[in-house]
Amino acid sequence: MRIFLRVVLLIATFIFVYSLIWNIIAAFKTNTEIMESPWSIPEVLNFSNFTRAFVESSMGEFILNSFFVTGLSMCLLLLLVVPTSYALSRFDFKGRKLLHNIYMGGLFIQPVYIMIPLFLMMNNFHMLDNRFWLSLVYAAGALPFSIYLLTGFMRSIPREYEESSYIDGSSYFRTLISIILPLARPGILTVIIFNFFTFWNEYALALVLISSDEKKTIPVGLANLMEVQKFATDWAALFAGLVLVLLPTITLYALTQKKLTEGLSMGGLKG
Amino acid sequence: MNRKSRTAFILLCIVPTLFIFSVFIVYPVTQVFYKSLFSSSGFGGGETFIGLENFKELFTDEVFLQSLKNTGFLMLVVPAIILFLSLIFASILSFGNLREKHLYRMIFFFPSILSFVVIGILWTFIYHPNMGIINEVLKWMGMNQFAVAWLGSKDTVLWAIALVMVWQAVGYYMVMYLAGMDGVPRELYEAASIDGANVVQQFFKITIPILWEIIRITIIFSINGVLNISFVLVLVMTAGGPNNASQVALTYMYKQAFVNANFGYAMAIAVIVFTVSIILSLISNRLTERESY
Repeated sequence: MRIFLRVVLLIATFIFVYSLIWNIIAAFKTNTEIMESPWSIPEVLNFSNFTRAFVESSMGEFILNSFFVTGLSMCLLLLLVVPTSYALSRFDFKGRKLLHNIYMGGLFIQPVYIMIPLFLMMNNFHMLDNRFWLSLVYAAGALPFSIYLLTGFMRSIPREYEESSYIDGSSYFRTLISIILPLARPGILTVIIFNFFTFWNEYALALVLISSDEKKTIPVGLANLMEVQKFATDWAALFAGLVLVLLPTITLYALTQKKLTEGLSMGGLKG
Repeated sequence: MNRKSRTAFILLCIVPTLFIFSVFIVYPVTQVFYKSLFSSSGFGGGETFIGLENFKELFTDEVFLQSLKNTGFLMLVVPAIILFLSLIFASILSFGNLREKHLYRMIFFFPSILSFVVIGILWTFIYHPNMGIINEVLKWMGMNQFAVAWLGSKDTVLWAIALVMVWQAVGYYMVMYLAGMDGVPRELYEAASIDGANVVQQFFKITIPILWEIIRITIIFSINGVLNISFVLVLVMTAGGPNNASQVALTYMYKQAFVNANFGYAMAIAVIVFTVSIILSLISNRLTERESY
């Protein structure tokens, strides 16, 4: 029985990782080797694929843009999400429930639904083709899920810490910065990890809100490259480009996968 | 501390966030519904109120009906397969007593953190008629007649895309179920097996009922998740082809808006997709309602 289970799991593992391993191997092959067979191993390691991806397809630029947009979105998100989650989880005020419900309803809004009105509105206010506004849209879109995670976490922090801080005469603001922020670090970290993948991978909004090549993020750049290669057929450079995008993802996943899967089950269980 | 500073602090915490959220999320959502009642073409061009004309036209639009059918197919088939497979994998990992459990969990979860664009490109090559692995394996097994252009034929393209969506999401839901299963007291199973219940009976009589609330939520999650990923995969892998056989409602919406500048018409499509996904969620919620265990 154990053997049978292991065989099933190994086949599944092959299906899950095959495409990734094949991609990494193909990134070092020549174009002819890629066309010949999906099994073969490259004769020599062609690092020139990576040079071509960087120089001719401006992958380097796309990656920098992606890092910039991801980083900026994250800063904006944290500025917006931490105070609101604190207020929602700790203070009882009029409209608290309504506010909470508005954000939870937002969980059902997919970015694809609103990309047209967003595009039209931002066109009117000349906010298109601008990485700052794109980042702010990302941060706004990430609010419902982040508020959901963080309010849940903050409710589990014991109140005594804040109360003694108030008795010491600290203001609400000071208490938030010096008491709550350090205590909520694990929750904030979960928010950062989840949203890193969301921001780094986002495609639909970046596609319509950014138009000039030098401002595009990596998913849009790759999709364009894919279109170009259908005619130019420099597959090797495309695969090298894919590897470059995967590197930050895989690194972060290797470092955080335990936290990620724990955070998921934490959120999932509470529903 | 006094009331005034408390109120000031709360307002400072919630108002800026609510303002940004209202401008970039809530307002566009209301616009989708409002603008779907207008005929608007092009930028700053004339907008005329036409009531429900867009919707009437949509239901005579062959391409739209085809795309709605495809979306519906994916919203029913993909969550069902995901649910089935992820429950099986989660039970194997939870009850298999395998030492390498955490390794498998890490590997199976991996596709769900990849960019949809990357997934779309990789699978385009896996399905490639000449250099793809699938046809290579079929030829190796001597089944040349089955080696077709998976994304190029209208009979296979939708299933091919559905398979990618399953591949992407199975690990994600598996992790959710796994956490629940690991929390079930093992004594329940011991008692059941003493009473003569086999593994399958234990699965349906103990595991499923205990996980029921998580399952209900994940069904709704996966129905809604289908919309987003199908949009990107179709755009990258087939652009809706061949001959609209893989067109989904949201890619058709995108085309109407950004290729034909038919914004009002496109937003009517968004309204219908939104309504369909809400209705499906409600139906699934209703069907899975049970007396508490």
